[in-house]
Amino acid sequence: MCGIVGIYLKTKKYEKYLGKFLSGMLDGMATRGPDSAGFAVYTKENKNNFKYSICLNGIKEINFKKKISKFIKKTKITIYADHVILETNEKPSKIIELLKKEIPEVSLVGYGKSINIFKQTGNPKDVVKKFKLSSFSGTHGIGHTRMATESAITTEGSHPYSTSEDECLVHNGSLSNHNNVRRSLIKDGQNFNSENDTEVAAGYISNQISKGEGLEKTLKNSLKDLDGFYTFIAGTKDGFALLRDEIACKPAVVAETKDYVAVASEFQAMAHLPNVNSAKIFEPKPGVVYHW
Amino acid sequence: MDFDLNKQNLREVNQHLQNVDRKKNTRKFKISNPQGQHAICAGLKDDIDVTIKGHTGYYCAGMNQKAAITIHGNVGTGVAENMMSGKIIVKGNASQSAGATGHGGTLIIEGDASSRCGISMKGIDIVVKGSVGHMSAFMAQKGNLVVMGDADADLGDSIYEAKIFVKGKVKSLGADCVEKKMNKKNIDELTKLFKKLNISEDPKKFKRYGSSRNLYNFKIDNVGAY
Repeated sequence: MCGIVGIYLKTKKYEKYLGKFLSGMLDGMATRGPDSAGFAVYTKENKNNFKYSICLNGIKEINFKKKISKFIKKTKITIYADHVILETNEKPSKIIELLKKEIPEVSLVGYGKSINIFKQTGNPKDVVKKFKLSSFSGTHGIGHTRMATESAITTEGSHPYSTSEDECLVHNGSLSNHNNVRRSLIKDGQNFNSENDTEVAAGYISNQISKGEGLEKTLKNSLKDLDGFYTFIAGTKDGFALLRDEIACKPAVVAETKDYVAVASEFQAMAHLPNVNSAKIFEPKPGVVYHW
Repeated sequence: MDFDLNKQNLREVNQHLQNVDRKKNTRKFKISNPQGQHAICAGLKDDIDVTIKGHTGYYCAGMNQKAAITIHGNVGTGVAENMMSGKIIVKGNASQSAGATGHGGTLIIEGDASSRCGISMKGIDIVVKGSVGHMSAFMAQKGNLVVMGDADADLGDSIYEAKIFVKGKVKSLGADCVEKKMNKKNIDELTKLFKKLNISEDPKKFKRYGSSRNLYNFKIDNVGAY
C-alpha cells in the first residue's frame, strides 16, 4: 500500500516547524506503511559545502570519524541515531568513491547542498522520533511510509531514493517493468544498490535529468517508459513535483493555503496542519505533472 | 446530539449511530473534527440526520440505508459505496469511486468527483454539480449519473443499463457507450429528479449516454462458440 507525503512552504512563516509538520504527516500515514519510513528535509542551500547523509549500518560513530578523518581534513559530522550528516567541501565524485573503497560498511543515503535524508526500518511513528524529525526546520520535505511488496524490508528497500545531487523520490505503487528498465539504465552507466522498483524510477529520473531533460519533461517521459501503478513525489533543491499514472489507482490529495502546499496519500495525514480546513483541497489529475 | 472526533473514538460514534433507539426523538446528529478518518457513518440503517463538519477519509457513509448525511467538506475514496437508500450530500469535492456499486438512494456531490464515479452502480442516483474524472460509470448497471460539468475520458466504459446525463463536455466515451437521443421520457425523468432534489437546471441542456448493447448482450450468431 505505502503512504507518501510532501510539504512545500510558500512563505517563511512555518520554516521552523517544517520537521514537525512532516513528522505529523508521516505519523498519519503509518497505517498505510508500518514496515519502514524515510524522509528528506531540504534546508537552505549551503553554497560551499556538500552534505552527505550516511547510514552507519552498525559502525560506531567514533570509528567512522576516525576512518574518514584519515582522508579528509575539514569535516563536520552530526549524528542522528544510526545516520550521520557529513559536511565537507569535497566533491561528490570523491566522497562516493572514498566511501565505496575505504568504508564500504556504511551506505550513502543521499547527498547535495540542501538535502538531509534519513530512512530506516520500523514503524514510522518510531522512525520519526529516532531521527528527531520534529526538530528540523527547512523549506520543503517529502516522506514515505512503506508496506513492502516488491523487495524485502531493509534500509536499502526503504524510501526516499536519492540517486543524484539534491534529488530524491518517494513512490506509492509498484512498477512491473523495473528489471528491464534497470538493465538498460545500468548499460547507460547508472548505479543501483537494491532490487527495489522505486530505485529504478529514481535512477530513471536522474538519468534523464543528467541528459539535460527538465524534471517536468522527465516525469512526462516516465508515463511511457515506466509500466505500473504509481503516485510519485520527486524532490529537488527548489521544490517537488507530483505525478500519478494515467489509470490513477494510487491515491493523492493536495491541500494548498497561502503559506504551504501539502500532498499526501490520504487527507488524514494533513489533518493536523494549520488552517487546513480552509485550504483549497483537490485530487491531482492522472497523467498531469504538478510542480511547486 | 453532538460528537467530537477529537475527543471521541470513531468506533463508539459509529456504533451509537448504527443503533439509534427508535423510540427516542433525537434523530439529528452532528460530528465535528472528522480529521479525514475512514468509514465515518458507515453502515447507518435508520432514518436519521447526520451533519459532518469537515473533511472525511475513505468509505464515508458506505452501505447507507435510510439516513440523510451531509458532509461539509471533501470526502475520500468510495463515499456512499454500496449505498442502499437515503441521501448523502457532499458540499466539497469527492475522491475516486464515489457511489461505487450503489443500489439505491441519492448521492449529491456539489463539487467535483474524481475518477470512476459511479463505478458498477446498481440503481443509485448520483448528481455531480461539478465535473467527473475518467472512467466514470464504468460497468454501471442501473440508476442515473447526472453531471452538470464535464466528464473526463472513457465515460461509461462497458456500461450496462445505467443512464448518464452530462451538461458539459465529454472528453471521450468508453467501450460500448454511445450518445443517445434525449426523448420526452428522459426529459420527464430528469425533470422529476431535479424537482425532488430542488435543483434548478434545464433537462433539455443535457445529453444522454448509455449502452449500445453490443458488448454485454448475447448474440445468437455466436451460439456455435458455446
